[in-house]
Amino acid sequence: MAVEGIGARALRKEDKRFITGKGKYTDDMTMPGMGYAAFVRSPHAHAKVTGIDAAAALAMPGVDAVLTGDQLVGDGIGNLICGWMIHSKDGTPMKMGGWRALEPEIVRHVGQAVAVVIADTQAQARDAADAVVVDYEELDAVVDPLDALKDGAPQLHPEAEGNLIFDWEIGDEAATNEAFEKAAHVTKMEIHNNRLVPNPMEPRAALAGYDDAEEHYTLYTTSQNPHVARLVLSAFYAVAPEHKLRVIAPDVGGGFGSKIYIYPEEMVCLWASKRVGRPVKWVSDRTEAFLTDAHGRDHRSEAELALDADNKILGFRVKTVANIGAYMSLFSSSVPTYLYATLLSGQYDIPAIHANVKAVYTNTTPVDAYRGAGRPEATYLVERMMETASREVGLSPAEFRRKNFIRAFPHQTPVIMCYDAGDYDATLDAALKAADYDGFAARKAEAASRGKLRGIGLSCYIEACGIAPSAAVGSLGAGVGLWESAEVRVNPVGTIEVLTGSHSHGQGHETTFAQLISERFGLDTDSVSIVHGDTDKVQFGMGTYGSRSGAVGMSAIVKALDKVESKAKKIAAHLMEAAEGDIQIEGGELKVAGTDKKLTFTEVALAAYTAHNLPEGMEPGLKEGAFYDPTNFTFPAGTYVCEVEIDPETGKTEIVNFTAADDFGKIINPMIVEGQVHGGITQGIGQALLENAAYDEGGQLLTASYMDYTMPRADDVPSYQLSTHVTECPGNPLGMKGCGEAGALGSPPAVINAITDALGANALTMPATPERVWALAQSGMKQAAE
Amino acid sequence: MYETTYHRAGSAAEAADLLAKADDGKILGGGQTLLPTMKQRLAAPSDLVDVTQIAEMKGICADGEGVAIGAATTHAEVASNHLVKSKLPGLASLAGGIGDPAVRHMGTIGGSIANNDPAADYPSALVALGATVVTNKRELSSEDFFTGMFETALEEDEVVQSVKFPGAQKSAYAKYPNPASRYAMAGVFVAQGSDGAVKVAVTGAGQDGVFRMNDMEAALGSNWSADAVSGIAPNADDLLSDLHGSAAYRANLVTVMAKRAVAAAG
Ligand SMILES: Cc1cc2nc3c(=O)[nH]c(=O)nc-3n(C[C@H](O)[C@H](O)[C@H](O)COP(=O)(O)OP(=O)(O)OC[C@H]3O[C@@H](n4cnc5c(N)ncnc54)[C@H](O)[C@@H]3O)c2cc1C
Repeated sequence: MAVEGIGARALRKEDKRFITGKGKYTDDMTMPGMGYAAFVRSPHAHAKVTGIDAAAALAMPGVDAVLTGDQLVGDGIGNLICGWMIHSKDGTPMKMGGWRALEPEIVRHVGQAVAVVIADTQAQARDAADAVVVDYEELDAVVDPLDALKDGAPQLHPEAEGNLIFDWEIGDEAATNEAFEKAAHVTKMEIHNNRLVPNPMEPRAALAGYDDAEEHYTLYTTSQNPHVARLVLSAFYAVAPEHKLRVIAPDVGGGFGSKIYIYPEEMVCLWASKRVGRPVKWVSDRTEAFLTDAHGRDHRSEAELALDADNKILGFRVKTVANIGAYMSLFSSSVPTYLYATLLSGQYDIPAIHANVKAVYTNTTPVDAYRGAGRPEATYLVERMMETASREVGLSPAEFRRKNFIRAFPHQTPVIMCYDAGDYDATLDAALKAADYDGFAARKAEAASRGKLRGIGLSCYIEACGIAPSAAVGSLGAGVGLWESAEVRVNPVGTIEVLTGSHSHGQGHETTFAQLISERFGLDTDSVSIVHGDTDKVQFGMGTYGSRSGAVGMSAIVKALDKVESKAKKIAAHLMEAAEGDIQIEGGELKVAGTDKKLTFTEVALAAYTAHNLPEGMEPGLKEGAFYDPTNFTFPAGTYVCEVEIDPETGKTEIVNFTAADDFGKIINPMIVEGQVHGGITQGIGQALLENAAYDEGGQLLTASYMDYTMPRADDVPSYQLSTHVTECPGNPLGMKGCGEAGALGSPPAVINAITDALGANALTMPATPERVWALAQSGMKQAAE
Repeated sequence: MYETTYHRAGSAAEAADLLAKADDGKILGGGQTLLPTMKQRLAAPSDLVDVTQIAEMKGICADGEGVAIGAATTHAEVASNHLVKSKLPGLASLAGGIGDPAVRHMGTIGGSIANNDPAADYPSALVALGATVVTNKRELSSEDFFTGMFETALEEDEVVQSVKFPGAQKSAYAKYPNPASRYAMAGVFVAQGSDGAVKVAVTGAGQDGVFRMNDMEAALGSNWSADAVSGIAPNADDLLSDLHGSAAYRANLVTVMAKRAVAAAG
């Protein structure tokens, strides 16, 4: 390694262990005497549990216990919670039904756990789980959120009449209606955002142990935010007080949001470990992952855009029904509200916006934040509308957008957000140029000569990352603050440990965070290690999601580094008998400006710990902590251009070119950023072309394995053309914005806009499967013939 | 997976014997279908009889104008074998398009046809090429062998030992993959035998598994060209309809794949 500071394409320090199979995941952990858990799950989408007979299972070899919901409730274990309070437009609080980790009375989705078996081996536990006889009395189920709102629909929770959790609004309805009265043109669309299954490579897992002498629990688990997990397990589920519970999230193989939440299984392992008197391990299989990991998206919307005679946008009106699933997962209420409707202004100057969101219970797996969380839903809606409106009024999609771009910052939108900085023309121009937009007509003609339909589509997305500040989100209903913490520990020999409250599960923090230190002190990145994911080691932190670890997490590190630097300079000034202001840090040395006097960083660190000669009154040691609470969200933005070729005979879409021009603010490691964009775009292409969680009418998940759920594969995507264009974020010390989700939210509309351009027909829902595209191409050809 | 007992058979006779003795025994080929099914606890055979180490059931040799392929021969071997490539290029290309490299290096032709998944590729080749299935008990024409979705004429203790393919003047396969599983949504194998007879077999689309397209065969018999089949589609009423493709869409795919197979056969 070397001194690799901000902007270096440093190779990922963590990859050595990952690509040599030496990563340590939850399933790699063992505890002496541990047993295995297997859950007994409902085969029905909606049913009364009328009896559980565990006698046969208990008699099977190796079986310790069969535990049920009655025992869980009897032990005082609390219901699962939703951590964000939303109020309906009539002022009433959201109507939340109870969610028990093991359900004793009524199951509400296929796969919901009703009992757990603990046995010596995983195979024994599973065999015994099959032998637990559960009697159900089936109830009618409802899976479509629009059906769930109809009179006479099956009712899921007594608390939520008509299955309506909240009926929320944002924006100025009267002003928006007025805009529509003045409109010269109105574009209307019905837009469906398809339900997705997150599919991290590593399924969820937990290993819980209880030490009865210390009355102390340890939980290894696949979490994006171990401190929040501990807080919730302790404060709400009453499993153990915080100081008696250590939560460790070791290497975690991807999360995409699905590992933010505290699920029934992890909590049951913890509770069972004490009850059964042995450590308990559970590892989800892929079917369980499909059935129980929180799903993403699933919105039905109606949108209307009002334009004046000059094609300037006057107003935007949106009605959305969000499918929450059978229970309210931890942040489920914030996703279709404050993470969604606040982004409906896109990159555009829109004087009036009004959005109404109804959140609805259905007999499906709970839905929560998934890569982008609400913002992909907003972007898809806005960018489909922009492309459609431009086609309707006969302007080029680029020109229509340019006409409506925001150009003065800060810009206050009508939906809470205040954009701090951006240059939307820059990313649009760059993307169009890189995609050779002007040469498209010739490429289309050439494709036509081969019998292919070629199309091009744009998407100009805006993102809001690093959700903040704490006081503001608190006033909107968040149950937590959204700051981040850091501690920088300089060892006596000058090596450094950075403890961060964020958590890396693929993001490469061990590398990028080390680059910050390398930059600051001129030290080799190898002399820095990043510590995260263990509540016993790291001070409280909020974890990683919402592209926050850079803008929020690294800002906390910067604050701690400022303090370390200041103290180191004081010590150096004292030792070299110079003024503190004359000390400069360069190449791992502290120098007195204008002289040849210098001390190495190691010498200063050692001096801090020997404490033989410190400035009067200074405490020994060189270790500082900081908490950073941002002043605003950050607003990454960019333009994506997708070019497709369609085989009209089969409906197969090939993405022949995909160009991204992103503004992520300051970039620490371009290689890691590109990796994030590649992954994000691929996930977005997955949503646009391939992925769909489909239920049948009775609530069975039809796509519960990779035989039916289509994940994007390498040959589904092209090589991407990426570029970045920096406007620095004024809100944080590094000027960073965040890049973790942009790809996933910017790409779906670009793909669908390209396909509908190729087909000359707009009625296409995601995923644009070959059959759907073929059918639309057929109807287009029929129309053309008539 | 439920508990099971694993046996490695040294000969086809021993395999048949082990199978006959077992409570609820199953032959284990490459395990690419059987093991995932067992892992999902959807199958619980008491005994597994592995046939992949039986020398007489492995490998490819010339058989008159055609080839004989041992039942335990992997898809990868069929795809890369020079005899198959030169005599029956359609069969080699079919085998090379099954699953992914890992599947092709484990999965066997015997396992694939014994399973007779309605979306599997091989059945179309066997039917279109007029292959014969050789078991430890008898020889069966492929059309007698495949009896319906996941159904074959195999008896409980019957082991597929090899498949004999006659030679052909032309052979080609075109497959439209299911986007998720990449099995065939519609796969069409076209062949013109040594005697000039044309056969067209379709997999992936039919409700009863592989079927022949007599109209296409007649049309191609008088005019071997993609145009000859471009107006011919199967009756959608007989086709599969699911999440990935309606019967109407599959009917279209059969026509399109037939055209492409004919064009590829030259
Ligand atoms: C990811 C994946 C993708 C795939 N994609 C495709 C595809 O695109 N196209 C396709 O056609 N297939 C596909 N397959 C299936 C694959 O081709 C399998 O190899 C094949 O279906 C079964 O062959 P096997 O040797 O693995 O048999 P096994 O799984 O071992 O056995 C399958 C069945 O056949 C029986 N059996 C095996 N050998 C014999 C024998 N000699 N005599 C009698 N009975 C026997 C077994 O008892 C069992 O019932 C895919 C499989 C996977 C896992």
